[in-house]
Amino acid sequence: MNEATHYLDQLLFVGLPYVAFFTFFLVTIQRYRSQKFTYSSLSSQFLENQQHFWGLVPFHYGILTVVGGHIVAFLIPRELLLWNSQPLRLYVLEVSALIFGLLSVVGLGAALVRRLTVSKVKRVTSTVDWILYVLLLLQLLSGVGVAMFHPWGSSWFAASATPYLWSLLKLNPETGYVSSMPSLVQWHIVNAYVLIGFFPFTRLVHILVAPNPYLWRRPQVVRWYRPPQGA
Amino acid sequence: MNVRSQVAMVFHLDKCIGCHTCSIACKNIWTDRKGAEYMWWNNVETKPGTGYPTAWEDQEKYNGGWEAQNGDLRLKSTSKTKTVFNIFHHPHVPTMDDYYEPWTYDYQHLFNAPEGADQPTARPLSMVTGELINIKAGPNWDDDLGGSPVYAENDPNLKGLDAAQREQLSAIERLVFFYFPRICNHCLNPACVASCPSGALYKRGEDGIVLLDQNRCRGWRSCVAACPYKKTFFNWFTGKSEKCILCFPRLETGQAPACFHSCVGRIRYLGVLLYDAERLERVAKLPLEELIEAQRSMILDPFDPEVIAAARANGIHDSVIASAQKSPVYKFVKVWKIALPPHIEFRTLPMLFYVPPMAPVMARKENGSVHNISEDLFHDIDDARVPMKFLANLFGGGHEGKVRYALRKQKAVRWYRRSLTVGDVDAETADRMLHEADCTREEAEAIYRLTSLCTFDERFVIPPMHREEAIEMMADPLEHKQNVGFGFLTGPRRGL
Repeated sequence: MNEATHYLDQLLFVGLPYVAFFTFFLVTIQRYRSQKFTYSSLSSQFLENQQHFWGLVPFHYGILTVVGGHIVAFLIPRELLLWNSQPLRLYVLEVSALIFGLLSVVGLGAALVRRLTVSKVKRVTSTVDWILYVLLLLQLLSGVGVAMFHPWGSSWFAASATPYLWSLLKLNPETGYVSSMPSLVQWHIVNAYVLIGFFPFTRLVHILVAPNPYLWRRPQVVRWYRPPQGA
Repeated sequence: MNVRSQVAMVFHLDKCIGCHTCSIACKNIWTDRKGAEYMWWNNVETKPGTGYPTAWEDQEKYNGGWEAQNGDLRLKSTSKTKTVFNIFHHPHVPTMDDYYEPWTYDYQHLFNAPEGADQPTARPLSMVTGELINIKAGPNWDDDLGGSPVYAENDPNLKGLDAAQREQLSAIERLVFFYFPRICNHCLNPACVASCPSGALYKRGEDGIVLLDQNRCRGWRSCVAACPYKKTFFNWFTGKSEKCILCFPRLETGQAPACFHSCVGRIRYLGVLLYDAERLERVAKLPLEELIEAQRSMILDPFDPEVIAAARANGIHDSVIASAQKSPVYKFVKVWKIALPPHIEFRTLPMLFYVPPMAPVMARKENGSVHNISEDLFHDIDDARVPMKFLANLFGGGHEGKVRYALRKQKAVRWYRRSLTVGDVDAETADRMLHEADCTREEAEAIYRLTSLCTFDERFVIPPMHREEAIEMMADPLEHKQNVGFGFLTGPRRGL
C-alpha cells in the first residue's frame, strides 16, 4: 500500500466519519433547540396528490427496510451470519433486500420527476433539497450496484463492515476492513458519511421527530397554565 | 362533576347579510402571509352551496369527524395503527385544488406595457408559482348562487330531500338562499386534536380555545383530514398546519375577536359556558337523535350553587363564573334553546351555535298577485322557502324537531312584537303563539332585546383571562427582566 492511499483511507474512513457524526449530533441538537420551528416533514402532498403517492410510499418503505437491514447487521452480526449459513435463507434475504433497494430507487426517481415537472412542487424545492436528491440518488444507486455486483452483502457486511464500524465507535479505528473493499462499496460508505454530515442541514431531520407519543397518549390534549387540583 | 369553562359562540343567521367583512378582518390580521393566502379561517358561504373547500360537508369524500361504532368512538380518517402506515402519504388529505389556487394580478403590466392599440390588462398570477393562471375557483365562488346547478344543487345537505323540496329551493322567482359564516368551532371533542401524531394541537384548559403549537407541528397533515369542518389548514410554505386562534391575544386583553368585532349585521355573540368534562366521552358516542340534547345537558347552570362550588374547586376564577352568568351564549343555547350546533353528526361537539334562519317568505306570487299563505300560525314554518329537512341536515343532525322548535319560538317572538308595535296581530293570538312555542312574554322580550337591540357589551361578554396568573406559572418575570420578552421571536422560516 503506498503512502497516498494510506492517507486517503485515513481521511475518508476515519476522519470523515468522525466529522460527519460530530456534525450530525451537534447541529441536530442545536437546530432543535434554537430553530424548532424548522423541524417539519415539509410535505408537498397538499400541492400535488397523485404522483406523491407513487413516489413517496415506495421510497419510504424501501429505504426504511434497507436502512433497518444495515442496522440489524451492525447490531447482531453473529445471528445474521448464522441465519445466512443455509443458502436458501441467504438467497431469500439477498433477494428481498435487493427488491426493497430497487423500490426505494424507483420511489426516489418518481419523487424527483415530480419535483422537476410539477411547477407548484418545484416552487417549494430549495437548493438544499436538490443537493439532497443527488446525494440520496448516488447512495441508493451505489447501494443497489453493490447488491448486484458484489453479492452476499448480508454476510460480508456482518463479517467486515460491522467490525470496522464498531472499531470507529470504540474510538480505535481499523481501516483494514474497508481499505481492501471494492471501490463501489467504498464509494457507498463515503457517500453515507457525507449524507450523515449533511443530514442536520436538510429536511431529513423529520426522521428524528417521527411521531411516537401519539401511539400511547389519550385522544384529547389539554394544556393548562394552572392545572386544577386533581386533574 | 368536572367543571371547565369554554369560550363559546352564537351566530344568528337571520341577521347575516353575507358581506364578508368578518372574513376580510380575519384575513388582514392573520392569514395575509406567504403560504396562508388560500386560508380563510373565517369564511362566509351561501346555502345551498358547496362551500369552501368544495363540498366540505361530504364526509364520504373527506372522511372527517368521528363515528360511533359498537359503543366505540373512532376517527373516520385515521387511527393509531393507520397513522404509522399513512405517515408518508395521508389518503384523506384535501389538496389545494379542493380549495383554490390563490392569485394576484400583474398590476405592473398596467404601467409597463408598451404602447399599443389595446388597453393593457392585469392578468392573474398564481401566488404559489408566480406564473399566469386561469382562475378556476375562489373562496366564495358560490356566493349568492342559490339555484345554480353547479353550486347549489351539489350541496351535500340536499341529501334526503325529495324532488318537490329541491324544486322549492331553486324554482325561478322563488329562488332562496341564506348565508352561513364559519370559523373554527373550538369543539369539546376536537377531531383535529385527537388525530395529531405530534400532539401539537391542544385545547387550552382555561378557556377551551383549540390551538396549534407551531413549534411542535411536524406537518403530518392529519388534522386537516380529521377536522370535518375543514378548519385546520396546511401552510404550503412553512410546512406547518394553522387554524383559527379565536383571536386569543385580543380576548386576553378584553377585546372581541376581529371577525366578531367587525360584524356588520351584529350576528355574533360570545360568552363563557361552564360544562361538565366528565360526561364528554359518554355524550360523544350517543345515538344521533340524542346528541343535541345530550350536548345541551353537558352545559351547566352557572347559577346553581353546586356548579359554582365545583367550578371553584377546579380553579375557575369567580370573575369567570360571573361572566358565565351573563353569557349570551348560555341564554341562546340552554335557556331559550334557539341556537343549534352545526352538523352534530360529526360528533366533535362544536362550541359555535347557530340560530337557524327563518327565511320568512310566507307569500306566493300567483298570476301576478301576491297571496299571503301564512295565516295558519305555525304551519307555514314547514312551508317556508327553505325546506325544514335542509335546515335539519345542517343544524339538527337530520332530525327536524329541534330546528322546528327554534323556528317556532322565533316566529312567536316576531308575532308577539308585532302585536305590540304594528298592532295587526291581537294580543290573544300572540299569547297563544308564545304558549304553543314554549315561550313567555318575559322570554320573548329578552330574545327580542338580545337579537335586535343588543349592545356591544351584551353581545360579547368576554371573561377576564387572568393571564397575569398564567405567566407566573410559565416563568419568573424577574428572571426575564431587561430581556426581549417571551414567545416566538424569530420569523417563521421554512425548514431547509
